[in-house]
Amino acid sequence: MSKNILEMRNITKLFPGVKALDNVNLEVKKGQIHALVGENGAGKSTLMNVLSGIYPYGTYEGDVLYHNEVCKFKDIKESEREGIAIIHQELALSPYMTVAENIFLGNEQQTNGVIDWHDTNDKAISLMKRVGLKIKHDVLVKNIGVGHQQLVEIAKALGKNCELLILDEPTAALNDNDSEHLLNLLLELNANQGITCIIISHKLHEVTKISDEITVIRDGRTIETLVKGTDEITEERIIKGMVGRAMENRYPEHTSNIGEIAFEVKDWRVYDPQDESRLRIKDVSFNVRKGEIVGIAGLMGAGRTELAMSIFGKAYGKHITGTIIKDGKEVHLHNVSQAIDEGLAYLTEDRKTAGLILIDDIKRNTSLANLHKLSKNGVIDEIQEIQVAEDYREKLQIKTPSIFQKAGNLSGGNQQKVCVAKWLFSDPDVLFLDEPTRGIDVGAKYEIYTIINQLADEGKCVVVISSELSEILGICDRVYVMNEGRIVGEMPRSEANQESIMTRIIQTTGNRK
Amino acid sequence: MENFKNLIRQNIRQYAMLLALVVIMIIFQITTNGVLLMPRNVSVLIMQNSYILILAIGMILCILTGGNIDLSVGAVVAYVSAFSALFSVTMGLPVVLSIFLALIMGLLAGMWQGFWIAYIKIPAFIVTLAGMLVFRGFSNMILKSQTILLPDLYVTIASKFIPDFIGDAMGGTGLHITTIVIGFIASVVYVIAQYRTRRNKIKYKFEVISNGFFIAQIVSIAAVINLFMFWLSREKGLPYVLLLLSVLVAIYTFITLKTVAGRHIYALGGNAKAAALSGVKTKRVMFWVYANMGLLSAVAGIVFAGRLNSASPTAGLGFELDAIAACFIGGASATGGVGTIMGAIIGGFIMGILNNGMSIMGVETYYQEIIKGLVLLFAVGFDVYSKSKAK
Repeated sequence: MSKNILEMRNITKLFPGVKALDNVNLEVKKGQIHALVGENGAGKSTLMNVLSGIYPYGTYEGDVLYHNEVCKFKDIKESEREGIAIIHQELALSPYMTVAENIFLGNEQQTNGVIDWHDTNDKAISLMKRVGLKIKHDVLVKNIGVGHQQLVEIAKALGKNCELLILDEPTAALNDNDSEHLLNLLLELNANQGITCIIISHKLHEVTKISDEITVIRDGRTIETLVKGTDEITEERIIKGMVGRAMENRYPEHTSNIGEIAFEVKDWRVYDPQDESRLRIKDVSFNVRKGEIVGIAGLMGAGRTELAMSIFGKAYGKHITGTIIKDGKEVHLHNVSQAIDEGLAYLTEDRKTAGLILIDDIKRNTSLANLHKLSKNGVIDEIQEIQVAEDYREKLQIKTPSIFQKAGNLSGGNQQKVCVAKWLFSDPDVLFLDEPTRGIDVGAKYEIYTIINQLADEGKCVVVISSELSEILGICDRVYVMNEGRIVGEMPRSEANQESIMTRIIQTTGNRK
Repeated sequence: MENFKNLIRQNIRQYAMLLALVVIMIIFQITTNGVLLMPRNVSVLIMQNSYILILAIGMILCILTGGNIDLSVGAVVAYVSAFSALFSVTMGLPVVLSIFLALIMGLLAGMWQGFWIAYIKIPAFIVTLAGMLVFRGFSNMILKSQTILLPDLYVTIASKFIPDFIGDAMGGTGLHITTIVIGFIASVVYVIAQYRTRRNKIKYKFEVISNGFFIAQIVSIAAVINLFMFWLSREKGLPYVLLLLSVLVAIYTFITLKTVAGRHIYALGGNAKAAALSGVKTKRVMFWVYANMGLLSAVAGIVFAGRLNSASPTAGLGFELDAIAACFIGGASATGGVGTIMGAIIGGFIMGILNNGMSIMGVETYYQEIIKGLVLLFAVGFDVYSKSKAK
């Protein structure tokens, strides 16, 4: 019988006005991979913050037992000393430092405050080997991809001799390849190096693949713990626990009513704004029909975001050439406000840094892209603005006590709905939705898909960019495959599947100069 | 009651500052044996601080765009007063035309800096640091390092009072009747505007504060306006500069709260990237905020020149720091997107009363500096602390 490395007993955590955790119990056995799943706002991150000392001992009720001893962590340093390391969704790396420096950030190899660089580099190289990171130790972190950055984080944790590694949404920002690599690494660390892992994830297929046990949390309570080998572990089974009911279909049924071509881009070329000799988008042409949902699949860095942003009023790129034809007429979009006026909308990939003004309320975020509709001679009609915000709050079921709530206080799914509300209010004909469901829970995803379908039904052109192939396959009528700045494939829904898309990508990779 | 608590909680920073202002006033009222709030001193207080308050109105907009400050405003004050002297004295142009041209010079200075900040993307700190040297240099060059006396109209703007035509018609009452009448009209306009907003909100079933609290609020503010104007009327009445300041506060409060332009400034400071991707022309907003700062510096420059009755190359030394401090004491966020015109004005008055009160008490200037520095530090410290507790 394996013994528990960690037990959290009857943890209750109160925030002003909210009970975030209500008698939560969690048992993690040594040497296992334990998954923590639940909808956004269910309390997973709060629980992990209790464990790692971000919420210090005394601010919560209940006991944390680590190696059968009650822990009284005052801060994250103390939990790290005991061998607990947490890797947050937002990576904590310093972009202008090298990989080696980052690995030992806060854990410098030093004597009397003087850093021993030989020691640092030596140890960093061996840690990088342990996580399978095949890059040089002295490159700057800003120059490596997200997948590699994630590995640097893990190496950093291992450098602190961690025994219990907590990963919060480790694959949320990764493409399928990098995710695969990371999951295999976790399995390897677990099997051969004796590291116990707790993984928080919304990607249930990953959870079912690698975990030994799965604890489901809902509304701040533990619902159940599923054990591999004993219980049935399927995505449907987990979703049932998460939402409290069975969810037959993850994608709403929908048949698009497709019309003629309404939006077309031809021979689109864009140069990198940082390196103006580098062609980022290479002669891309595509079209979208009225009422059609078109997906753009591809790996991280394929140029999908850059393509959308360069079309959206040249928000990205230099020396842009090519033509945009909307409703049979060529349009010239030199800035974002022109693009909005011409009926384009671009839902950003990252809602926190580029989509919302977190310190502003829901109302102001909703109206921002179309203030002139609410104003006369530059003066805003506040009454009308409130009505508009209330209207979208109801239509999109944004869960909030009031539209005067700051966007930063909302959960991920509701934040995304506010972003969607903003673009619906701008009344577009063509919508680019970049990773519309990243980091939001199953229930909210379903709602977003429903909205996307409604938009198509209204005769709008919808372009969905997503790194989750299953999502593209689940909602799109037609799929373009992008790789290395080119469109390398186009297929109708009937022909598109994981294999056909990945094959197109692999076949066209690597023919660089 | 719940309603009331929410209102307090949402506006805690503003109320805290207002409370601090009142407390400071009471303390100095006691320590100066009642001199602070004597009608004559109240007029002096307003005239002494008017140019800092005008600068603070422009500065808060700069800070809103993302914690950017303008270090050149003191130098622009000197540069504008130098141009005033050049136009009206050296060149002998009509005074009104000279003032107009001087304002244009200020606007051009602001546009020059706005261009480098917005379109070339040099940090505002550096552009305005350079501007501080450049514009100070211009003022020295024009004035040849000498002080030049200015025509009377400048003095009128800065240190004279509006004529009491109503009181005169009544044959002299010992009070400045026109001032009382203006105060009464202003309070009536305020009450009507508040009432109409509230009625509209009720009509559309929006959440409003309770009737009792609403009445208490408007009655007390109307009472303060009337009492204040009555107080001024006991001496020489309403100074022109207070009229100018009130109009500027009203215009800029309206712009920041009610217009698309104002919304775009807040959006830029709240999240520049999100604002740009929502169609806000962020460069243009930044440019005009700094151009406006130049214009308001010019207004402050003319008021200050009038106060000195002359153009001096050392005019406006250190004004930028007082204006910046006023904004931060008044609750502006150092990262942008948070702050109000009223907050900056309250912050400016806190600084002004500290200065004036301590001067009356005869506190040594070095102590005054130490105390003002600590007040700034503690005000912002309180803000940061209360925010971290709220989380």
